[in-house]
Amino acid sequence: MTVPCLAQSLVQNELARFEKRVTVKVLPNGLTLIICDRPEAPVFSYFTMVNVGDANDPSGESGIAHMFEHLAFKGTKDIGTTDYPAEKIALAKVEETYAAYDSEYRKRVGRNPEKLKELKAQFDAAEEAANKYVIPNEFTEIAEANGASGVNAETGLDATQYFWSMPSNRLQLWAYMESDRIANPVPRQFYRERSVVMEERRMRIDSNPIGLLEEQFLAAAYIAHPYGRPGVGWMSELSQITATEAAAFHKKYYVPSNIVIAVVGDVLPADLSMLEKYFGAIPAGPKPEPMTTVEPPQVAEKSVILRMPTQPLFLEGYHRPSYLDPDDAVYDAIQDIFSNGRTSRLYRSLVEKQQIAADAEGFTDFPGDKYPNLFAFFAVPNAGHTPEEMRVAINKEIEKLKTTDVTDAELEMFKTRARADLLRGLADNQGIAQQLAYYQERYGDWRQLFLQLNKINAVTKADIRRVANKIFVPSNCTYAMVEYQAPPIPPALPQAQPSPGPQAPAKGGAR
Amino acid sequence: MKQSRTASLFAAALLCASVACPLFAQVTTVTIPPDIRKLQPPAPWEKIPVPPLHAFHPEQPTRIELKNGLVILLEPDHELPFINGSINIRGGSRDVPADKTGLIDLYSQAWRTSGTATQSGDQLDDLLASKAANVETYGDIDSTSVAWSCFTKDEDQVFGIAVDLLEHPAFNEQKLRLAQQQEIAGIVRRNDTAQGIAAREAAVLVYGKDSPYARQPEIATVMGITLDDLKAWHAKTVVPNNIIVAVEGDFDPAAMEKSLRAAFGGLPRGPAWPKPSGEFAGPKPGIYFVNKTDIDQSNIWILGLGTTRRNPDFYALTVMNEIFSGGFGSRLVQDVRTKQGLAYAVFGNYGASFDHPGIFYTIAMTKSATTVKTTQAMLKEIHELKTEPFTASELASAKDQLLNSFIFHYDSKDKVLARATELEFYGYPADYLTKYEAGIKAVTLADLQRVADKYIDPSRLAILVVGNQASFGTPLTALNLGPVTPLDITIPMPAAMRRQMGQQGAQ
Repeated sequence: MTVPCLAQSLVQNELARFEKRVTVKVLPNGLTLIICDRPEAPVFSYFTMVNVGDANDPSGESGIAHMFEHLAFKGTKDIGTTDYPAEKIALAKVEETYAAYDSEYRKRVGRNPEKLKELKAQFDAAEEAANKYVIPNEFTEIAEANGASGVNAETGLDATQYFWSMPSNRLQLWAYMESDRIANPVPRQFYRERSVVMEERRMRIDSNPIGLLEEQFLAAAYIAHPYGRPGVGWMSELSQITATEAAAFHKKYYVPSNIVIAVVGDVLPADLSMLEKYFGAIPAGPKPEPMTTVEPPQVAEKSVILRMPTQPLFLEGYHRPSYLDPDDAVYDAIQDIFSNGRTSRLYRSLVEKQQIAADAEGFTDFPGDKYPNLFAFFAVPNAGHTPEEMRVAINKEIEKLKTTDVTDAELEMFKTRARADLLRGLADNQGIAQQLAYYQERYGDWRQLFLQLNKINAVTKADIRRVANKIFVPSNCTYAMVEYQAPPIPPALPQAQPSPGPQAPAKGGAR
Repeated sequence: MKQSRTASLFAAALLCASVACPLFAQVTTVTIPPDIRKLQPPAPWEKIPVPPLHAFHPEQPTRIELKNGLVILLEPDHELPFINGSINIRGGSRDVPADKTGLIDLYSQAWRTSGTATQSGDQLDDLLASKAANVETYGDIDSTSVAWSCFTKDEDQVFGIAVDLLEHPAFNEQKLRLAQQQEIAGIVRRNDTAQGIAAREAAVLVYGKDSPYARQPEIATVMGITLDDLKAWHAKTVVPNNIIVAVEGDFDPAAMEKSLRAAFGGLPRGPAWPKPSGEFAGPKPGIYFVNKTDIDQSNIWILGLGTTRRNPDFYALTVMNEIFSGGFGSRLVQDVRTKQGLAYAVFGNYGASFDHPGIFYTIAMTKSATTVKTTQAMLKEIHELKTEPFTASELASAKDQLLNSFIFHYDSKDKVLARATELEFYGYPADYLTKYEAGIKAVTLADLQRVADKYIDPSRLAILVVGNQASFGTPLTALNLGPVTPLDITIPMPAAMRRQMGQQGAQ
């Protein structure tokens, strides 16, 4: 194997340059702070990575990690309230009345509609009373009036992350705000936000063919591990999450030892003591215990057919181990060879040569990478072609990978591109902050961002065949298809329909 | 260019892949009633020092105009060993005849995939992939482009390919067929999501069915496009006085200038590309409806005609936008999302494009049963732009937001170059950003009231709903805004194709 020295040494140089600019400090409470000096402009970006995602949602509370992420924008004991002591009492009353309503609502036998109505009225009144103390959206308003840009957050199955960019003269203001919302979030306006998140679910899954396909596919592919649950939660569970449950979730998972924060830009090691003052004040807590569930080996091929008034789609997946597996980089190689651009095998075969698909790709780390996950294939058939044709064509390409070595050129392209992608990713503060936090959290050392290339460089043709033969077998396969079915002729428009009560779980994926 | 149709703008926002993006709109304004805190000691964050921001004057790109009219912008940046460049050409999809709608999509795909006189597209793919380099061609509503990106050491070869594509393209029948097939795959899928339907029909309502800003490629127009059409478009647009070349990255400016002069200096000047024109009447007021039976959430779009950035009122309208819909604290989001919990996705904007009127839109997605309630809440917020006086606190917060985050327009070299290229393309002065900052600072409460009075006219708005009528509960007629006009979104399809697709006929 030839080693392309130039690109290799470029990566070495970058690592050396970062070694000089990066400072890592683990605070006494366990929180890890990373700062990286990149003084091009008087701005900084930060990335807070909390090592908890919707895979950690307790049973019956799917969607709670994501729900909590929304809460993290609702303010703190100081921000977003006119009088916290009074609000705290009012919020306790909200929980008390909600619990009373909820226990009546959940009765399977003997639910009393009159009583339910009464309890709902009491809850509404308590919510109204608590709202009097709220200064809505004050947290984001302070950030944005101070120039925060790209204020956002994401909850995945593996982790929850918060980020924005700001002029660098607001570094201390940011440290105050971020540490305050980690330590002292207040679940204000929780039940209205829950309605907002239910709309988010309707948008992403219930009213979106690809979202629905993905949800049904994952639910079939996993029988034990929570990767089989939608991150946003099942509608019935999401619609019954309480602020009390969210607070318990926060207490358990938002402990400093479970959090890595990276700050990149116009920031110096001299700023560390100021940052430490804010983030060091977050109370320590026990590190959450690791998950016990491991997805058992799949024993049967599974298929899911969705018949909908939507053009056909195809999704297929095979179980693979987590990112800690020694073959992790081999899966990256397979992904690259199957899918990266117009030289990729699936493009050349399904799109260009056979002309049966508008798009076809294989990708790893689905739906997450922290736990054993799937190597998946997704294809969009051309007009007049079927999902079954996608399955056959993809399986031919898989067979080829199992029986014939990839070419030298293919393997080399993968390695060259991996180096280039790494370097191209070092061009902006937000991207660097995300990468440093990710590698620090996952490997305990941000340098893995660069050192992973050693694993990539070590991938051989034999590795690819070995791994392909290991996972691409029928008993390890789940596939899902959308087949077109004309919509029913709509009945004459009804003038009015009883609308479900505000707390009624709305229908989930059923249609 | 960056200019994009509203449709693609929202597609990007809505296709956000991760589970949670709590803020669709990413800017916000403060609407804390000023008297709430006045009587209290300063809040903790108000005591935190905010030192003056370090001085920052990023170097502007070097501008070179060749004798043949081609403009070069150079922005050296030695942080990483890459060079990125683009050749931007005036003329885009709005400039093709109606019966060739879709031409730019096919052209911009087949241009690159066909390759050049000496190297096929597939050969280029292999060569570039082996160097982790890219040369790609793009098409937009008002431009086409060739862009390249490579390691510094590969610049000569990769830039050579980009120039070869520009000067010696080899449009190929097979690659045109492939592009047509992909385009048609998109057309038959265009009614699969409510957002896609809404974005498309919104443009039709605002600009008119036949407008170059709204019309859609159809199977018939796409199949009618020939290789000669692609070649003719290329010959017509690749004229140096309609081209801007922008390069950023790890290069020596003198050497780069020399190389660009050698590559482009010999192109003969041609006719100047005409300025865009057109009539913009705005939508016909009323309620428009698309029934989609397989969803449980409505897309509600309230639509009017926007303006251009050349309008002297643009600055006041920008501040008004912040207050109306700029983010979490804005009136619209505060009410529809935070207070009422009716929607996750809610946004609005009095749109201003560089060279034609944008769209004034207010959008929300809400469960079927609250369609009418949400529409009413949205209309109320629009109406209150005229009736609820803007406060000094709203004005101050909107300006803080716009001005304190202003640096993010130009905090990296690639952004500096992108802004400059955009201004050059649309013929705006190079100091536009400075003027913009001053313009925002100068906006007064009286300006806000004046522009709200002048530009916001609820009687001239169209309401578009894509939803599942059977679950609305309250019918759309309850809005009391006249009859509901159903929109026909049937995809025109040749009979033979409909037969071939069997049951897959698009509804």
